[in-house]
Amino acid sequence: MSTVAETTAKLTPEHDTRPGASVRSRLQDLLPKIVLAPSFAATIVFVYGFILWTIYLSFTNSKTFPSYDITGARAYQRLWRWTFESDPPSSWYTSITNMGIFGFLYILICLALGLFLAILLDQKIRGEGMLRPIYLYPMALSFIVTGVAWKWFLDPGLGLEQTLHQWGWTSFHFDWIKNKDFVIYTVVIAGVWQASGFIMAMFLAGLRGIDGEIMKAAQIDGATTFQLYRRIVIPLLRPVFLSAFIVLAHLAIKSYDLVVALTSGGPGGSAWLPSNFMYEFTFKRNEMAVGSASAVIMLMTLTAIIVPYLYSELREKPR
Amino acid sequence: MSAITSPARQASSGISARTINRIVIYGLLALFALFYLMPLFVMLVTSFKTMDEIQNGNMLSLPQSPTIAPWFKAWGETCVGLTCAGIKGYFWNSIKMVVPAVLISTLLGALNGYVLTKWRFRGHTLVFAMMLFACFIPFQSVLLPMATILGSIGRFGATLQNATGFNFGLGNSTVNLVFVHVVYGLGFTTLFFRNYYEAFPTELIKAAQVDGASFFQIFRRIMLPNSMPIFVVTVIYQFTNIWNDFLFASAYAGTGDVMPMTVALNNVVNTSTGVVEYNVNMAAAMIAALPTLIVYVVAGRYFVRGLMAGAVKG
Repeated sequence: MSTVAETTAKLTPEHDTRPGASVRSRLQDLLPKIVLAPSFAATIVFVYGFILWTIYLSFTNSKTFPSYDITGARAYQRLWRWTFESDPPSSWYTSITNMGIFGFLYILICLALGLFLAILLDQKIRGEGMLRPIYLYPMALSFIVTGVAWKWFLDPGLGLEQTLHQWGWTSFHFDWIKNKDFVIYTVVIAGVWQASGFIMAMFLAGLRGIDGEIMKAAQIDGATTFQLYRRIVIPLLRPVFLSAFIVLAHLAIKSYDLVVALTSGGPGGSAWLPSNFMYEFTFKRNEMAVGSASAVIMLMTLTAIIVPYLYSELREKPR
Repeated sequence: MSAITSPARQASSGISARTINRIVIYGLLALFALFYLMPLFVMLVTSFKTMDEIQNGNMLSLPQSPTIAPWFKAWGETCVGLTCAGIKGYFWNSIKMVVPAVLISTLLGALNGYVLTKWRFRGHTLVFAMMLFACFIPFQSVLLPMATILGSIGRFGATLQNATGFNFGLGNSTVNLVFVHVVYGLGFTTLFFRNYYEAFPTELIKAAQVDGASFFQIFRRIMLPNSMPIFVVTVIYQFTNIWNDFLFASAYAGTGDVMPMTVALNNVVNTSTGVVEYNVNMAAAMIAALPTLIVYVVAGRYFVRGLMAGAVKG
């Protein structure tokens, strides 16, 4: 009690002469923490508390309603068994395989396409101010709208296939969206369409930040354009690659809406991602414990990517 | 950054190589512009076509006899689930949810950012890191407990309703969603303001403190008047995110006339009864997309800045 008063007095010496003022200044001192407290408390309860709650539920045998008797890691054992159940594939097997395919292609294509477009746009292009917003606008749309638009575009009877048939290419066949083995690739297409423009913007900002002198020096030394990018520019863009990777990885793991809107889950749930698996098992199939366990696995995966990143970001500048 | 052809190479390989180079670059850029515009274009022209034209015509052709009827039907008559009163009610649901959620989370973010930069205490980095991590969690990991809590609050609200005739907004879906979006949006808004205020000269605050200005006086008189750009960025970011949210909306307001726009749109499109009216579906999708598209067109610069700030921390 007295130490608090002392520090307060030291901080604001002009207040400590009158007795009433010391209370007021102590309040002033605490005020910042009081203002921050509700937000921090909300984070503790609704983020970390709820995560613990979900972990707890995953160790119970909750079905339709939560049950709070710990029954062991049965949910995880089931998921583990399903992980290897490939013929016929279990929903979990499908979900994590899809996650692998989708995550890999989505991140890779977005990075490649984003970098490629950024380099093209960086060649002193007339009309850059017009092209950039065109590449980037999909990011402003909801996944549901994106899904609806691409569902139409990829529908064999209405979209691309039909159009090409009308133009005379009657042998053209493209029914991935109705094919259980290929439906996940349509999610990749729509996802890339939505996010690649943003990745382009990130790379473009990175390119604009590179010191022109380095480039000039390399050119004087006789480096070809390809060498210039391969040896100098792309290595300099490393931090952008990292940020872009983090953004894409976290978007990929969170993807849920796009699968729902574009494919309604695909034939027999063949387009599910773990996020869809969690939602379906928790709210539709009354397997709350299994749903919770899958949510925990999703969280762990994301944590493994994000925490090292945040740690390095926040640590780099000690304050 | 300089152009792909260096002056030295221009001289050696002549003007024609350079011209071809430019043509290839512009060609590729135009091709990709088409790729990005195509779905929006198809959606837009389809929404102005008659069903006849859609079934017999080409997806890419312009409407022969443009009609605005699908838009009116989507707005006022189309069926969402079993009710056929259009999507207008759901559009307003989204507005009623978005406006308070954006304002509250932005204001709290501003205060948090102010405290975390100008009124530092021991462990402020940890507090910030914990709030920041919350931005990245897959919301599936909090979905169920929140549903349970919202359910209890709803029952409590119903009890209050019986006892006092008024439920104080407890159990109301819109209130629930505002609450959820504020809680899970705090990380981002705090991040934005913290990074912005970080660069704000602390000497000004110190000087004001010496002059006897209080915590809130400094915030109101010094910080707020200088925060316009970051307010725009944060509001746009939150608006886009909350308007476009589907997961929380479908989990906590997934049925009946309380659905937000995204859920209603998904229902319209997946309603399988009767003839599927593609033009109406596309019009509905356009209506759902318009608010964020307009924001993007009007304030694209700020939109991009928000995305970048959300991606690059520290």
